[in-house]
Amino acid sequence: MDKPLISVKNLTKSYQMGDTIVHALRGVSIDIYKDDFVAITGASGSGKSTFMNTLGCLDKPTSGEYYLDGVDALNMDKNQLAEFRNRKIGFIFQSFNILARTSALENVELPLLYNNKISTKERKARALEALASVGLADRANNMPNQLSGGQQQRVAIARALVNAPLVIMADEPTGNLDTRTSLEIMSIFQNLNSTGITIVMVTHEPDIARCAMMNIVFRDGRIIGSREVPNRLIAAEELKKMPVESAESTI
Amino acid sequence: MKILQLFIIAFRSLNKNKLRSFLTMLGIIIGVASVIAMLAIGQGSKKSIESSISSLGVNTIIVMPGALTSGGVRLATGSANSLKNDDETAIAQRCDLLEYISPVVFKSVQAVSGNQNWSTVIFGVNDDYFKIRALTVSTGVKFSDQDEHVAAKVCVIGYTIDSNLFGSGVNPIGMSIRINSIPFRIIGMYDRKGQNAFGQDQDDAIIAPFSTIQKRMMSGSDYLNSIYCSAKSEALIDDAVDEITTVLRQRHKLAPSDDNDFTVRTLEDIANIFGTVTRVMTLLLASVAGISLIVGGIGIMNIMLVSVTERTREIGIRLAIGAKGKDILLQFMIESVLISFIGGFLGVCLGVFASYMVGKFGGWPVTVTPFSIILSFAFSAIVGIFFGWYPARKAASLNPIDALRYE
Ligand SMILES: Nc1ncnc2c1ncn2[C@@H]1O[C@H](COP(=O)(O)OP(=O)(O)O)[C@@H](O)[C@H]1O
Ligand SMILES: [Mg+2]
Repeated sequence: MDKPLISVKNLTKSYQMGDTIVHALRGVSIDIYKDDFVAITGASGSGKSTFMNTLGCLDKPTSGEYYLDGVDALNMDKNQLAEFRNRKIGFIFQSFNILARTSALENVELPLLYNNKISTKERKARALEALASVGLADRANNMPNQLSGGQQQRVAIARALVNAPLVIMADEPTGNLDTRTSLEIMSIFQNLNSTGITIVMVTHEPDIARCAMMNIVFRDGRIIGSREVPNRLIAAEELKKMPVESAESTI
Repeated sequence: MKILQLFIIAFRSLNKNKLRSFLTMLGIIIGVASVIAMLAIGQGSKKSIESSISSLGVNTIIVMPGALTSGGVRLATGSANSLKNDDETAIAQRCDLLEYISPVVFKSVQAVSGNQNWSTVIFGVNDDYFKIRALTVSTGVKFSDQDEHVAAKVCVIGYTIDSNLFGSGVNPIGMSIRINSIPFRIIGMYDRKGQNAFGQDQDDAIIAPFSTIQKRMMSGSDYLNSIYCSAKSEALIDDAVDEITTVLRQRHKLAPSDDNDFTVRTLEDIANIFGTVTRVMTLLLASVAGISLIVGGIGIMNIMLVSVTERTREIGIRLAIGAKGKDILLQFMIESVLISFIGGFLGVCLGVFASYMVGKFGGWPVTVTPFSIILSFAFSAIVGIFFGWYPARKAASLNPIDALRYE
């Protein structure tokens, strides 16, 4: 195999909380390759979010090394990091984090606005395309408060996609969603993954973790195990098996 | 991020909190409006003073008895008895840069006609005085050389005297009035001059031949209150002043080390004194108004800090998807600058309107200059930038993850 897309060595992160030091990460090393779909599981407080935030260049670790696409991500200044987040990473949060009182389309356009090379026309076209790819073409002008949770998360996915990132990082993307909607999101992820986007996702739901190709388990700030998923769930097929009535409730 | 987009974001944010934005703007609006109104009032009074000073006659030089103290403060000028008739004669003979010259004596008097009486001032002057002061007599006539020669008890009155002693509908020409019990015949009335720079009514005066007043009302002394002259041209004023000074110093036998025991004033000097006064007044008014503008700026800063705190999560989201510190800084700066610009613009409108109203209904002279508009507008923009910078800086320096976690 060639060089890993994400290469992390001995990552640690500790927080000073008054007199005590909380060790959120105690030395995490992992290589993730292009086209991987990795699910991270583990008990609450085991350091998953801290790890994801570091991978997403939202937070700096206390020590360690992190290379993304061959670039030393820990030796960049704030502006370089911002550009990195903008061009290479799509981040998806459990709580959606889309801007209120801003239409779905404008939310999706946002990353492109912070990229001066893109014209207004291209921006609109790409944002619409991204919305269409998550099945929200007809909701472009809706405000977030007119959208269901699943739809809001799909707006967030479209926003993560719109700059054609190398990797999508999602911290409990289905944490606030019901089973069916969660599967819909997984179905989108699997489609994206098949088009060549690497995905790293945190989840605490075993069924959702089974949609990934690799599972990594965290405990106490360390990786305690990793394995390939034996019989992977295909979200689209699971959806077909679900009763129809619950399908209506999400639309 | 493109500037246009930042403006759209800022506009929306202001629009979301209309009342709050307006109240914040109000500080700037009031500040700018008061700066403009204060400067307009200051400029207006400066202009009216300038025009009333030049209504004294453009090339006028006034010689007064008494010296200037070293500090330039005049102490009881006019009460000193250092100018005499002979001084006037000598100046008239020897100063050839002067066109007109008139000795001046004056006295506060009671003028009585029938059962009406009026306190006023009577001036004893010669015919040149009318030319120096640019006084014209279109009702009746001025007094003649003959009147001067024989110290005739004739006089020319101002409009205020006429209206107070005779009222409307009575032609005062030819009437007799008693001035300090001496009967005078009115032979003319000079055209209205209005107020002078000192706020005095220039039409509240009686003008009589010099010899009449000095002989009949000054108990025979030959002291003068002042000498009015006018230079042949504006360019010659300074030389004429030197000439007069030389003549008077010789006549008063002053040694080179002695100070002048008289004062020679030009209109420029007088205008300068008033210029200083109005400048100080304008500065004072404008700085009070400027302080209110700064208070308005503090209001902007306050509301921007609130706005940054309220929108911490939004800032986090923007940073997470690739906004640079610069983008966030600009976003909030543009918002505060927009507040101060819109406020500044409305303030200019209000200020011009208020100045106009003061001018129209307050009877106060006002002049709105483009300078004051530019000044106050620029000042408000600077206030917006200055007070917007800190909150914007604060927003821009947030850590993405801290901002996202903010509750
Ligand atoms: N900002 C912070 N300050 C202090 N401690 C923190 C902070 N963020 C996380 N932690 C601590 O680090 C550990 C790991 O947290 P986190 O990465 O959020 O876990 P997970 O996402 O797996 O539930 C926890 O013990 C948590 O209390
Ligand atoms: Mg977590």
